[in-house]
Parts: sequence; C-alpha cells; structure tokens
Amino acid sequence: MKKSVEFIIEKLVLLSGIASIVFVILIFVFLLKEGLSLFGETNLFSFLFGKNWYPISDPPQFGILPLILGSLLVTLGAIVIAVPLGIAAAVYVAEVAPVWLRDILKSGIELLAAIPSIVLGFIGIVTLAPFLKNVFHLPSGLTALAGSIMLAFMALPTIVSIIEDAIVSVPKNYREGSLALGATRWQTIYRVILPAASSGILAAIMLGIGRVIGETMAVLMITGNAAVLPTSILQPVRTLTATIAAEMGEAVSGSGHYYSLFAIGIILFIFSFIINLLADFFLHRKRA
Amino acid sequence: MSTKLQILKLDVWFETIHAVKNLDLEIKSNEILGIIGPSNSGKTSLLRTLNRLTELYPNSRTTGEILMDGENIFRQIDVQALRKRVGIVFALPLPLPLSIFDNIAYGPRLHGIKDKTKLAEIVEKSLKAAAIWDEVKDRLQTNAFKLSGGQQQRLCIARTLAVEPEVILYDEPCSGLDPISTLKVEEAMQELKKNYTQILVTNNVKQSARVSDRTAFFLMGELIELGETKQIFTVPRDKRTEDYITGRFG
Repeated sequence: MKKSVEFIIEKLVLLSGIASIVFVILIFVFLLKEGLSLFGETNLFSFLFGKNWYPISDPPQFGILPLILGSLLVTLGAIVIAVPLGIAAAVYVAEVAPVWLRDILKSGIELLAAIPSIVLGFIGIVTLAPFLKNVFHLPSGLTALAGSIMLAFMALPTIVSIIEDAIVSVPKNYREGSLALGATRWQTIYRVILPAASSGILAAIMLGIGRVIGETMAVLMITGNAAVLPTSILQPVRTLTATIAAEMGEAVSGSGHYYSLFAIGIILFIFSFIINLLADFFLHRKRA
Repeated sequence: MSTKLQILKLDVWFETIHAVKNLDLEIKSNEILGIIGPSNSGKTSLLRTLNRLTELYPNSRTTGEILMDGENIFRQIDVQALRKRVGIVFALPLPLPLSIFDNIAYGPRLHGIKDKTKLAEIVEKSLKAAAIWDEVKDRLQTNAFKLSGGQQQRLCIARTLAVEPEVILYDEPCSGLDPISTLKVEEAMQELKKNYTQILVTNNVKQSARVSDRTAFFLMGELIELGETKQIFTVPRDKRTEDYITGRFG
C-alpha cells in the first residue's frame, strides 16, 4: 500500500515536471509553425527591414522595421531612465538609509511591482500624456517618451531589488578595508562596492530590459500606436507587443496578416531569449 | 621618546557592553606596544576606537579623550584624515577585489594622487617596506586574491603604509598565518619601527614578547598592567598578569 502511494506520487511529480517542458516546446513549435508560414508570401529581409506595416492593404506590406525600432526606442528610453534611478535607489536602500527607513522603502518598491501595468497605462494617459504635451508643445502627449517613462517605473522594482541584493552581498570587509584607509562613504561605494557588485548590476539591467520589452498593455495605451519609423522620442510609436495585442482580434485566421503577427511573436521570443541568456550569464559569472 | 597618543579616561560601550573601562594610556613615538589579554578584554575595541572605526557600529558610544600629537581625535581631526594617519591591519587579510597594484594604489588615489609614476613609486616603496616586493614584483596586475594568506596580510600592511600613516594598528595580524609568514610579518614590523608608531593586539602572548617594546595586559575592559616587555614577562607585578602569561587561564 505504502509502496504504491509512493509510486503514484513519484510519477505525478515527474509528470508535472515533464508537462511544463512539453508545454514550452509545444508553444514554441506552434509559434514557429504559424510564424514561418508567412514566408511563403514575403521574404525574411523585407519582413525585418521593410519600412511599411500595412498588413491589410492590397497588396499587404509586412515590414516590421518601424515596430522593431519602436520597441527598441521605448526600451532604450526606459532603461536610460530606470538604470541610474535604480542604482541610486538601491545604493540608498542598501548603504545609506537608516534601518527603519530601509524596511519602509523596500516594501514601497515591492508595492510598485504589484501595480498592474494597465493601471500604470491608465495613469500615463490621464496625467503623464497631458503633462508631456504641455511641456514639449506636442500635438499629442502619447509618445515614445511617455511609454519610456511608464515602463521605467515598471522596470524599477526589478532593477532596484536585484542591485540591492548584489550590494548587500558585497563582503562587509571591503567596506571596512576601504574606510580604514581614509575613504569617505561615497568613495567606498563608488570605488569598491559598485565595482564588486557589477555582475549583479548588469544582470539587473538585462532583466529590466526583459521586463520592458515584453510589456504590452501600458505601451499599447500610451505610446500613440503609430506604426511609422521613429525619428524622435517625442513622436508616437508602436511596439512589437502592442501590434500583436491590437491586431490579433481582427486578423483573419490563416491570412498573411495572421501569420505575420506570429512571426512578430518569434522575433519577440528571440529578443527575450537573448536577454535572459545575458542576464543569466552575468548573474552566474564567476569573478575572475 | 615623545608621546604619540595620549588616551585619557576612555570608555567605550557597544549597546550595553562596557568594552573599554576608564582607560588612561600613553603611547610613545616609534615604539611597538603589545596589547595582550583574553577574548572580550577590550583590545580590539580600543584599536578600533583609535581610528574611529567603532563609529561604523550605530550602537557604539565613546567618552573620554584621545590626543594624537596633542590634538583631540574626536573633535580636532576630521575622521578621514585621522584614518589616513592611523592605519589598521585586520585579523583576516582583506584585500579589495582589485589587482595587487590597485590595492596598494587605492589609498593614495583616494587622497588625490593621480600621477602614474608617482603611484608606481609608492606601490614599490610600500611593498618593499612590507617585505613582499620580491614575491610580487613580476605580477602586480594579477588579482590580489591569488596571493597566499601570508602574502595577502603583508599586502594589507603595504596598503596601509601606502597612505603614509603615522601610527599602525595591528589587530591580531597573524592569527590566520603559518609560522613562517608570521615571522615575515614580525620582521616587517621591526623594520617599520624607524618611521612608525605601532600597536599590536595579539592573542599570541609569545608574539608580544618577541616583537613589542612595552606590553599592556587587559582583562574585562580594564588595563591591568603596563610595562617594559621584559619586565612583564619576567617579573609581572600583578597576579592576574602572571596567571595569564603563564597560561593558567585565557
């Protein structure tokens, strides 16, 4: 009796483990099958580097360069905002803040991570977009910059908590050694602690990028959704993710449009995969 | 010999622990003062008070005065300047995660030296003074962690020397080292006597007997006896000192 229970539980656990892998493989195969069907109609080069995204015109044009650049621009903007802010916040939380404030700040940062992205998008439309419109005298505040700012907020919790972990795990000895030589607290942070935590900082940046590039709802709401080649960050753009979200509902199953959205999915998958790989590399890199 | 450090009515607390009790102690220029005593006798607390590292612990409290060349280290000397003048070598060798060269150059760079040839000179001079130059001169760019424990400890001494301190504090510098490395560190200390005032906290009574000019015996935060090393180890005045150095407790 006991033995058979043992046997059943063991197999159930095994099955669950295998199931997760099988699902991933199935999803990937499905994505590939649907996505690659596009390339009967159009070739890879004109897909990746075509400047026009007119999926339902006649003949349709499936150039996703504006979407790729839109995603990259919004992501780059978000990272440029989030990384310095994130490093500074993590340094403050880990090194400078008194203990009581540290706990409050850490829960605050975790709470920021708990805000649903649609709420951030909503706040972006109502407050950020009009603000940008007034400041830069734009026809519309729904721009790549608005998306970058909101996504920066979304990436911050990930970035801050990973960098903070990295800083806290720097051996205490380094601090004392540096301070004992007459370094100030800032000199110690800048010259010893941040370099020692650099792997963690790079990993945090990568995971932050991963978080941002895959984000859909908020960017769909506040980047303005214009699938044109971006020339400035103050211009409406459309990202890869937002395109899929906005058009999947109306794409006719089996059409070129439908397949092209899956092909975009493959591109996103490749982006995320590379970024996760890099993050993993930085996190587990042994110090030379 | 003139007075380098004058400690007056010093008390140090960590939270409720009274680590150093009402201490009066005078440290002379260019001497090596050995401080011995069992654990929890306040030796390390005293050292860390001398360059104000105790202030890193938020619950520590210090009263009394310490004068260096007549200046009050708590009020008249800025803490970074004090730590430059009073260097410390810790129990466990703790190189920074940098190359050998950069470890030594770290302090001078902090204090504003940027010139490359000047830095190289300082590095060479400091490594020579700590008796480790010959062992590392061909691999200054390798990571300091690649050195053996004894070499790392001498590297840390060199790093302390590189900022040109006046006083060097040693907190059980040889506790993790083998006898040969210990011997090398002790030889380095003898060489350094010409230019520096040194205070050696050690759990190894024999080390104090070998190295120091005067020896102080601490127990439970109090200074029990202070005298010429020879006198302490041959005719101690206090019964407790005698018990400790003959190994009856501790």
